[in-house]
Amino acid sequence: MSNPAVGALRQSGNLFALGLDVLRTLPRRPFQTKEFIQQSWFIASVTILPTALVSIPFGAVIAMQLGNLSRQLGAQSFTGSASVLAVIREASPIVTALLIAGAGGSAICADLGARKIREEIDAMQVLGIDPIQRLVVPRVLASMLVAVLLNGLVSVVGVAGGYFFNVVLQGGTPGAYLASFTALAQLPDLYVGELKALVFGAIAAIVASYKGLTAGGGPKGVGDAVNQSVVITFMLLFVVNFVMTAVYFQVVPQKLG
Amino acid sequence: MGVEIEVEGLTKSFGRQVIWQDVSLTLPAGEISVMLGPSGTGKSVFLKTLVGLLKPDRGSIVIQGRDLTTLREHDLYEVRKLFGVLFQDGALFGSMSLYDNIAFPLREHTRKSESDIKSIVLEKMDMVGLIGSESKLPGEISGGMRKRAGLARALVLDPEIILFDEPDSGLDPVRTAYLNQLIVDLNAAIEATFLIVTHDINTARTVPDNIGLLYHRHLAMFGPREMLLSSEEPVVRQFLNAQRQGPIGMAEEKDADELAQEEAEGHELPPLPSIPLQITPSDGSVRGTAREPGAWCRENGVTPPPGSFESRTAAEPDAARHEHTAGREPAYAPVPATERLP
Repeated sequence: MSNPAVGALRQSGNLFALGLDVLRTLPRRPFQTKEFIQQSWFIASVTILPTALVSIPFGAVIAMQLGNLSRQLGAQSFTGSASVLAVIREASPIVTALLIAGAGGSAICADLGARKIREEIDAMQVLGIDPIQRLVVPRVLASMLVAVLLNGLVSVVGVAGGYFFNVVLQGGTPGAYLASFTALAQLPDLYVGELKALVFGAIAAIVASYKGLTAGGGPKGVGDAVNQSVVITFMLLFVVNFVMTAVYFQVVPQKLG
Repeated sequence: MGVEIEVEGLTKSFGRQVIWQDVSLTLPAGEISVMLGPSGTGKSVFLKTLVGLLKPDRGSIVIQGRDLTTLREHDLYEVRKLFGVLFQDGALFGSMSLYDNIAFPLREHTRKSESDIKSIVLEKMDMVGLIGSESKLPGEISGGMRKRAGLARALVLDPEIILFDEPDSGLDPVRTAYLNQLIVDLNAAIEATFLIVTHDINTARTVPDNIGLLYHRHLAMFGPREMLLSSEEPVVRQFLNAQRQGPIGMAEEKDADELAQEEAEGHELPPLPSIPLQITPSDGSVRGTAREPGAWCRENGVTPPPGSFESRTAAEPDAARHEHTAGREPAYAPVPATERLP
């Protein structure tokens, strides 16, 4: 009965069950506004600085790669366009996801895990309070909100970093870089980027909450839970990212340069 | 006035490991019951199952005509409002002060004004002797204080049932004695149904009206205190008198060989120690559900061990209480000299 495959299936089942529970509890009043604001502030405060610092070199690397590639192909005029496309569509949701999972998710998981092993969660349930409504829902919403905002931040910082490297360091022309912005990229690219960030934020928070709420076996159990939550979130995010990208290309017609 | 809990055929296992099976008992309304058991027999699991935190595999838990095991999550939260639970370490919310911790259930479940809440919280804090520590955080206080704060929080919604998960673990004997006295006083004051899960035999011998013993994945016995304390049943006798001779071994139950060997070596079981008097409320009143000392033994024609129910101050509850809280004689009550002769 207890072979690893069954265990893995059970875990995924429970994870989805928690996701559905969050969805079901979402409309239940009273909404925990205070907890939501506190958590949003907390997640933002642990992610903003690393996100900004990661997105500058990320934008720069993309700009350098594309700058060289486009020069080899003789398509310098599209450097700006391609760089925007890469940053907005892929780079920024992924950077956001990594930081939300790595910084925000691990903090959520550690917090809930510590409460679980101190029996605070049990005490809450006995006091007639649903920890999903009280703790998980505000965290999921906060993580989604912060992910969307962070995605905006990464996009701006990434594009600015790309501009700086292309124009200042690689001797590109500012006018061409800016003018080609809209040659390939279109508004739906930004929408899908934000949508991805929203979904990634939700996944990161749900996985972290699930792992935290099922932590057991003392302080070591919490450590393991945090570790697993980050690994699982990363794997899920890359799979979901692939699926969303594939669907996006099928659904939204692409501009023809 | 407390409500009755009827447990019928309860079985719980984790994976293939059976924790206990077919546990049936009735916790009488308003009485204090103790659930005993060697370490690792699933006493805490039993307690968590009673509140619906864990789902049993089989069996039913009926409270006020509702079966907890079949209730939907939402209704379960309603029934849980009848409960107050004191967790092992108090389970206080680490980010809140003691005052906020104790006020938490009131703020969540009632529409009382802050001034009403304040008077209730201060009253409960006074009850458990925590006045003056309102603004402390749970991390800043001792384990005994955390337990008492957890108890105060469990009390604010005026529960009908209070469950204690090892109230005496990690406390020194004096604090345990005070806490036991507090439990008896509380029971006299609010008349709720109490269940104490513990492996402290001192508590088990002097506090409850009823004792249950979980052993070897089943409920070995459940009944009035005097019934178990005068019982000759090997497991009950061994556990309640903290002896090595008997079916309970270091790890789990001893196997047949070991028992046979013990018998062959002719280990004489020491005689049963005398049954101590129950702790009485400190204000000298009599709890509604307390029975007269020795009543059960008389009704059932059982001769209690010599020296039982004797106290030089039995007629004066106030002095009796003094002896129990300060002296804490009974668990290993010395056997009278005449009994010790071979």
